[in-house]
Amino acid sequence: MQTPALEILGLAKSYAVGFLRKTLKPALQPLHLAVEEGETFGFLGPNGAGKTTTLKLLMGIVFPTSGAARILGHDFHDPDIKKQIGFLPEQPYFYDYLSAPELLDYYAQLCGVSSDARRKKIPELLERVGLGDVGKTQLRKFSKGMLQRVGIAQAIIHDPKIVFLDEPMSGLDPLGRREIRELLQELKQQGKTVFFSTHILSDAEALCDRVAVIHKGELRGIGVVEDLRSKTNARTEVVWQGSGALVSIAHLVTETHATGEIIRAVASAQDLDMILEKLRQQRAQLISVTPVHGTLEDYFLTHTSEPETVKA
Amino acid sequence: MSSRLAAITFNTFREAVRDRVLYNLIIFVLLLVASAPLFGQISIGLEKLILVNVGLTSISIFGIIIAIFIGIGLVSKEIEKKTLYTILSRPVRRWEFITGKYLGLVLTLVVNAVFMTIGFFVALFIATRTFTRDDAGLLLAIYFIILQFFIVTAITLLFSSFSSPIFSAVFAFALFVIGTFAEDLRNFAALAQGVTKWLATGAAWLVPNFSALNVISQVAHGDPIRPQLVLFNTVYALLYSVAAMAVAVLIFERRNLK
Repeated sequence: MQTPALEILGLAKSYAVGFLRKTLKPALQPLHLAVEEGETFGFLGPNGAGKTTTLKLLMGIVFPTSGAARILGHDFHDPDIKKQIGFLPEQPYFYDYLSAPELLDYYAQLCGVSSDARRKKIPELLERVGLGDVGKTQLRKFSKGMLQRVGIAQAIIHDPKIVFLDEPMSGLDPLGRREIRELLQELKQQGKTVFFSTHILSDAEALCDRVAVIHKGELRGIGVVEDLRSKTNARTEVVWQGSGALVSIAHLVTETHATGEIIRAVASAQDLDMILEKLRQQRAQLISVTPVHGTLEDYFLTHTSEPETVKA
Repeated sequence: MSSRLAAITFNTFREAVRDRVLYNLIIFVLLLVASAPLFGQISIGLEKLILVNVGLTSISIFGIIIAIFIGIGLVSKEIEKKTLYTILSRPVRRWEFITGKYLGLVLTLVVNAVFMTIGFFVALFIATRTFTRDDAGLLLAIYFIILQFFIVTAITLLFSSFSSPIFSAVFAFALFVIGTFAEDLRNFAALAQGVTKWLATGAAWLVPNFSALNVISQVAHGDPIRPQLVLFNTVYALLYSVAAMAVAVLIFERRNLK
């Protein structure tokens, strides 16, 4: 059996809060998951869910309260395994007094890339991320999209086997997002394992083989995107003519939209028979019945929304 | 020196060199040194004495200010701006990061001191029109000033490994001032009684002895420096810096970098 690229074995983190009477506030409940080699894995969750904490733990920036992790079969704290890791933090900030080639040269040196290899690789990589013409411009003059591309370049300058990206599309315009998406697809084609956190579900849906949903520091679901979508409640869209019928079935439908006499409504598939019967009784003219496919967003919302509580 | 350590050292040096604040300080010191002959005109016959005192004290004070004010940001800025995240996700040990930062700042201070020394000797030549054998003592005084930079940078990094930049600056500067009067503290400890004696003795040995590293007044008067003092000061500065850095590394190795 192949060793997973990443194995998280009950990694947990709590922070002490309070001044005099310190209490432990969990930021991440014991997390268990595995990512196979070559997989593009999406780590989904709303803001403050524990995504960045997980990545900080894996990168050795903070220390876990309990648990462990293995990257390519090695303990995640082993400095040598870090030669095989690339990391892009959320909203990255780089040394803005450096130019893009200087920055990449610095990071490549830290990973032990030889000077010959650096000389060859840096212009190639800058070209690949669309920054071939930046020359010696300091990073302080770069746009957010350009910085994000430099960020991806620094994460892969040493040709790592596994790349961790924290919200790589955050704050980018649609064009910037598309460029980063293409870069991630390229990494996948090269056989690299990509683990990226995001709260932009369309990106996860387009790129990921599997996703995990995390909320309030707790894993809420994990699986292939298609399987997760099928786990959402099956729904049906019904369109008919005759607005008078709506009153009798209003309690069975969730979304309604009227254009003159034409009514469009969405309902649970299990209520479909009853709705059709009512429409017949009201002599409404049925136009169409269409199954509505569940989306990753439906799954995400189901697993991350909490019941509303009324404050006194 | 590992290539990672060398890379961090060079990058720290490069950051300081590209920082405009540093240039302002250097220009200020050069102006001060260049204007020193004017002090000599006020005190006829004492040009050299005044020039040496003003010049060497400027090199020392401005170097200490640079050491503290760049030193307090070396770690905190990297945490605040998250640049440290991309460093620690690479095969870089935490001790390498701290040591590289230390060596980078020390290198910056040494290069600054070299430039200031050149400016100082140019001003000295303008004022006296000659160099004497005793002027070699001036180089020893500058060497001791550089040893002070080693210690101040190490204690600044030590404080910044667990404290905020403002507190680090206050602690480091306070320790520098107390260390300047270390000899007085030792004399006081020798005369004190009971618990006060113990406390004063402990403090006297703990604070860095900057007074032994300050020979500006001696060299200004042309007094010779004993070779034993050179050896003692070199060993003392290196040991003190290594000890402070070792504690800084121990703290930083365990720190959660939120």
